[in-house]
Amino acid sequence: MRVLAAMSGGVDSAVAAALAVDAGHDVTGVHLALSPDRQTLRSGARGCCSVEDAHDARRVADELGIPFYVWDLAERFTEDVVDDFVAEYAAGRTPNPCLRCNEKIKFSAVLDRARALGFDAVVTGHHARLADGELRRSVDAAKDQSYVLGVLTAEQLSAAMFPLGSMTKDRVREIAAERGFAVAAKPDSHDICFIPDGDTRGFLARKLGSRPGPVVDAATGSTVGEHDGTFGFTVGQRRGLGVTVGDQRPRYVLSIEPVSRTVTIGTAEQAGVTEVRTAAPTWTGAAPELPFRAEVQLRAHGAPVSCEVMADEGGGLRILLDEEQRGVAPGQSAVLYEPDPDRGDRVLGQAAMRRIREREETVRH
Amino acid sequence: MTYLDHAATTPVLPEVLAAMTEQLGRVGNASSLHASGRAARRAAEQSRERLAEALGARPSEVLFTGGGTESDNLAVKGLFWARRQADSRRRRIVVSPAEHHAVLDSVEWLAKHDGADVTWLRVEPTGRVLPEALAEALGDGDDVAVASVMWANNEIGTVSDIPALAAVARSVGVPLHTDAVQAVGQVPVDFGASGADALTMTGHKLGGPMGAGVLLLRRDADCTPLLHGGGQERDVRSGTLDVAAIVGLEVATTSAVRTRAERAPRIAALRDRLVAGIVAAVPDVQLNGAPLDDVLAGGPGRLPGNAHLSFAGAEGDALLMLLDARGIECSTGSACSAGVARPSHVLLAAGADAGRARSSLRFSLGHTSTDEDVDEVLDVIAPVVERARRAGLGRR
Repeated sequence: MRVLAAMSGGVDSAVAAALAVDAGHDVTGVHLALSPDRQTLRSGARGCCSVEDAHDARRVADELGIPFYVWDLAERFTEDVVDDFVAEYAAGRTPNPCLRCNEKIKFSAVLDRARALGFDAVVTGHHARLADGELRRSVDAAKDQSYVLGVLTAEQLSAAMFPLGSMTKDRVREIAAERGFAVAAKPDSHDICFIPDGDTRGFLARKLGSRPGPVVDAATGSTVGEHDGTFGFTVGQRRGLGVTVGDQRPRYVLSIEPVSRTVTIGTAEQAGVTEVRTAAPTWTGAAPELPFRAEVQLRAHGAPVSCEVMADEGGGLRILLDEEQRGVAPGQSAVLYEPDPDRGDRVLGQAAMRRIREREETVRH
Repeated sequence: MTYLDHAATTPVLPEVLAAMTEQLGRVGNASSLHASGRAARRAAEQSRERLAEALGARPSEVLFTGGGTESDNLAVKGLFWARRQADSRRRRIVVSPAEHHAVLDSVEWLAKHDGADVTWLRVEPTGRVLPEALAEALGDGDDVAVASVMWANNEIGTVSDIPALAAVARSVGVPLHTDAVQAVGQVPVDFGASGADALTMTGHKLGGPMGAGVLLLRRDADCTPLLHGGGQERDVRSGTLDVAAIVGLEVATTSAVRTRAERAPRIAALRDRLVAGIVAAVPDVQLNGAPLDDVLAGGPGRLPGNAHLSFAGAEGDALLMLLDARGIECSTGSACSAGVARPSHVLLAAGADAGRARSSLRFSLGHTSTDEDVDEVLDVIAPVVERARRAGLGRR
């Protein structure tokens, strides 16, 4: 097969490309330039979009003896991922930009272009298993990235290759070291690639400016503080609320209302969630018949919870959780899994959470 | 493999390889006083004299540098600094926006860090700078430190009339630098007769080694050095002479100049067949730059080996990749060091829209090019462009 390897300059995509070459495919490496103003050198261990990262990717491609190009997707990335990220926060939601990037860039813009140029598949260094069109968790539970791939459709998956899903991250580094790749010991990238300093709140403040509003305690309905912008908050957040409430019990963000810019906080009991409602789902295969039992993961690196999935009005889903959860934020994806301890939990699909409902009805603003 | 990227670099000539190999086997610093040093100096100075003769310069006007980029930096910055030192009103640099980045970025650095004011020259749709445009931009020349216009453009191959431009600059007392990296060995270049004050050339574009270049600098031109040290090269460019590279550069240059009259028409004929074949095979192709048979002041108005084309609706880097996969090596002509393809600044300067500037491809033929090379391109170009155009449709 003619395969396009998306190479970030990190160790995972380097080994994925090498394994694709080993498998006998005709591989071409591509580095995606996603930032409109690329830094010459990496800052810290974060990010993957500097010229230095492109150089790291090129070094590996040259060692593998495969062609290598840089594709400039900065415009698409800015529109589809960064602007969406800012708009979601402005609307009081908490987006996942990695998931959006997989949906709109890697397995859409890149895949479309690859196909048009005569490639059969795109290979990436994601930690997830993909066989017979079934997407499953990685064997390395700590590195599993199936959550951010849950948005892919059967059509997208049919042209994707994830050769790392059946090995641990340690094994990936071993392979890189055995092959003499300079990136074998390169630190993992964390956080959000377009916020290399890790200061999401500062990034949003620069984009959105100061948008002050009240912090309201759900128990009393009274205003207990002020904030500079709802984008500084995520539903379920406990730390950094900047207010103290009389009874000294910990408070959590219960809801964010972007028009009145009201951040409502409440106690741990009030922050517990037993039901979520979603926008229209996407499925990795044929749409399952509703209702059905499954496990759901409500955020990246979150633990799976057993649930009942049923149809909601407007084409969305209503997901009833067996156990109460905290830290469930609108905007994040609810990714549904079919548990399978032998072959890895299988990803069924996902839906963006629009409304959450706490265990007890609370005063909503 | 079909190598059609001679404007990027050319295969080394066999006689260059032989001369350099011989010289590399000898010890000797050309600045040393003993026998080995004298032998090295003799080789370097012999090369200087032969180069001067081939380029219409005097030996004392030949300064060896590390290549075209260094020569451009030295001329632009050195002339600017020296001229402003002599008269502090001279802060203006008059330059074409279609120059190579070695000139453009030197000018922009001076503007950002050293108080230079930049006047951008008007560029014709062919990419040519006309003497009238230079005269207009220079005015009375009193506040101008230096002007720079390339002899032949590296992307689209358009030649400008340097003798006429130099006459304009001279009439108002402004030194003219010209980047002739692409011109030497391709079109007649006579430094003395041109009237230019400084001229950049390099070895690896005409069958010589990389890392060896020349700045021709008139004896009366005052130029502040970039590199200080042992005082070599008229004290303008210090550094131990790389004698083997200098010998290689000289052999390549004298060979290219000597064979030009025979080679240029042969390469131009190949190029003409390539362009005609592509235009016949692919719809909506535009030739960028001057017409293939353009004549300027009795000589060629376009480099004989240059074919620069825009393929509406396709992206240059997609075309490049698809041709690369088929063993054909060419260029978009505008890749920056980060590897991201940008719309050609030369086409933009010549008034093209961003789409045309983004969809361009440069084939550059040289001394090793053959009829088979042209056939290879014509065999695959139609399906390659069709595929790249399909891929280009997804772009927003």
